[in-house]
Amino acid sequence: MIKFLLKGLLRDRSRSLFPILMVSAGVFLTVFLYSYMRGILGDMVDVSARFDTGQVKIMTRAYKELADQLPNDLALLGVNDLLAQLKKNKPAMLWLPRIKFGGLLDIPDKKGESRSQGPVFGLGINLRDPDSPEIKLLNLKKSLVRGKLPENKDEILISEAFAEKLGVNIGETATLLGSTMYGSMAMYNFKIAGTVRFGMLIIDRSTIFADINDVRLALDMADGASEILGFTKDMVYDDASMIKVAREFNQKYSNQNDEFAPLMLSLGEQGGLRDILQMASTLGSIIVTIFIFVMSVVLWNAGLMNGIRRYGEIGVRLAMGEPKGDIYRSLILESVGIGIAGSLLGTAIGLVASYWLQYVGLDISKMLQKSNILIPSVIRARVTETSYYIGFLPGLFASVLGTMFAGIGVYKRQTSQLFKELEV
Amino acid sequence: MPLVKLEKVFKHFPIGGGNFTALKDINLGFEKGEFSGIIGPSGSGKTTLLNIIGSLDTPSEGSAVVLGEPVEKLTEKQAAKLRSKYMGFIFQTYNLLPVYTVYENVEFPLLILKMSEEEIRKKVLAALEWVHLTDKINSRPSQLSGGECQRVAVARAIVKQPELVLADEPTANLDAENSYHILDTMVNLNKELKTTFIFATHDDKVIRYLKRKVHLVDGKVVKDEVVSSQ
Repeated sequence: MIKFLLKGLLRDRSRSLFPILMVSAGVFLTVFLYSYMRGILGDMVDVSARFDTGQVKIMTRAYKELADQLPNDLALLGVNDLLAQLKKNKPAMLWLPRIKFGGLLDIPDKKGESRSQGPVFGLGINLRDPDSPEIKLLNLKKSLVRGKLPENKDEILISEAFAEKLGVNIGETATLLGSTMYGSMAMYNFKIAGTVRFGMLIIDRSTIFADINDVRLALDMADGASEILGFTKDMVYDDASMIKVAREFNQKYSNQNDEFAPLMLSLGEQGGLRDILQMASTLGSIIVTIFIFVMSVVLWNAGLMNGIRRYGEIGVRLAMGEPKGDIYRSLILESVGIGIAGSLLGTAIGLVASYWLQYVGLDISKMLQKSNILIPSVIRARVTETSYYIGFLPGLFASVLGTMFAGIGVYKRQTSQLFKELEV
Repeated sequence: MPLVKLEKVFKHFPIGGGNFTALKDINLGFEKGEFSGIIGPSGSGKTTLLNIIGSLDTPSEGSAVVLGEPVEKLTEKQAAKLRSKYMGFIFQTYNLLPVYTVYENVEFPLLILKMSEEEIRKKVLAALEWVHLTDKINSRPSQLSGGECQRVAVARAIVKQPELVLADEPTANLDAENSYHILDTMVNLNKELKTTFIFATHDDKVIRYLKRKVHLVDGKVVKDEVVSSQ
């Protein structure tokens, strides 16, 4: 009997091919949309963590309040001691001191006169140590466009677009004009070692990367840092555990009455990122729920249409003595087969499209020319383990659910009534 | 004991706030090997009566014993089993399954009975032989004429050699030539296999072949005549 029904299923395209295509389309959309959202949101969170927030960040209370203004006069001091304690208490995490600074970058000519200049955002990080985790964290090697990574004192990296704008080349001098931690004027000569491009316009526009020791010298910040970022070594952010790390730190070090006391914040506590994280985690389930509902309605309708079309067959099968339960079960079995086939096909297509978007990406840099948001200018999907099954179960359930709803009509109807309709 | 015995059968259908009585006090018996018909105009209750005999419906009152089983007491599963084992149906509109071949349409009732493949093949070929369609074995219903489709339907009804074949207006969609062809086939089956045929019809071509005519008007049997051998 199964062979017989299978033959019918394969021959009747409106029972097999079209429902399979319908399920595939829904599953494809679910997989692709999920991977796309994971990519966008994941990139936003990941980029924010690597370039700005860390998974946890330590600042002084006062610095936190004015962080947008890069107030290095309120920066952390006694950083080496603090780092030593952090490494001792949380050895499984990376602790990276950074100095964020702003100023004017001046490019002198041969006579020492200004050739070109522009406002600059600078990041002082552990850059000279070839084993520095910052190099991997900020993906500096792959982002290098020209030149090399700094190896010697006072060497810096400059964003390629900024270098082009200033007309500066590798090996030339760039003078930073800014203010020291104590408010006096700072002038410091750096040497361009290389140019970088990250594919994020806000960073690519006018940024320099210098070694933190050189920046400390330039800004008179001995043993100081704007902030210390903390990362788990696997770089996987878990909001709950980072909140716990921050809470433990604050209980020990943070004094409410001391505005220079260090304060640790988790990524989620900075810049509304928790909302984005929550959105990322709930988005998948929202997509799946909507998909199940919509597809169930669509497949229910398709099942009803198919049921009406198959009244003749169902009536004959009843007359031949096939019990209603058996007919209902065979309809469900058919839908399970269609659900599995459609879900497999949809998942495969969805994964191919998602992988394409993950590796090739979609360049939206032209749309972000004046954007100040820290997002990548190339949209990429992210295929996760979940991408492999997120569409499968909904595809299967929607298909079966639709048939079950449609089949109830057959099951509940009086046999003679069904038979009469068959004759009509 | 008669093959079918109906005693004081009433059938009511709810319509609006009240009831419509489709069958009124039906008392009938059909013996094995009969070639009988329930005759009457549209709306006289022929199909309702045939549905009750075919265990597709139950009487509202009275008793209908078919092949020794009281239809009104059967569960849906028991009724299905009774139909699958002992009954064949022929419909006005053939109701062949369009995606299956002639062979597959005819084998379907045997698949429900879970017969072996070898046995199925033997019986299907024999049935198709009866209706002279062995050359159309791999054709689909869309490739057949109306007469051929109805012959496939007859083959499907008789393939399991049922005790009882119920035919509801089997010639309504056929021209005279095909109608006579089909009826001759049924008469031969009735003679050789002793299969009982009960028709619901108001077609004169069919009526002419019947050996017993049960006249139904407004749900009541008004005449029950046995025709002497033709």
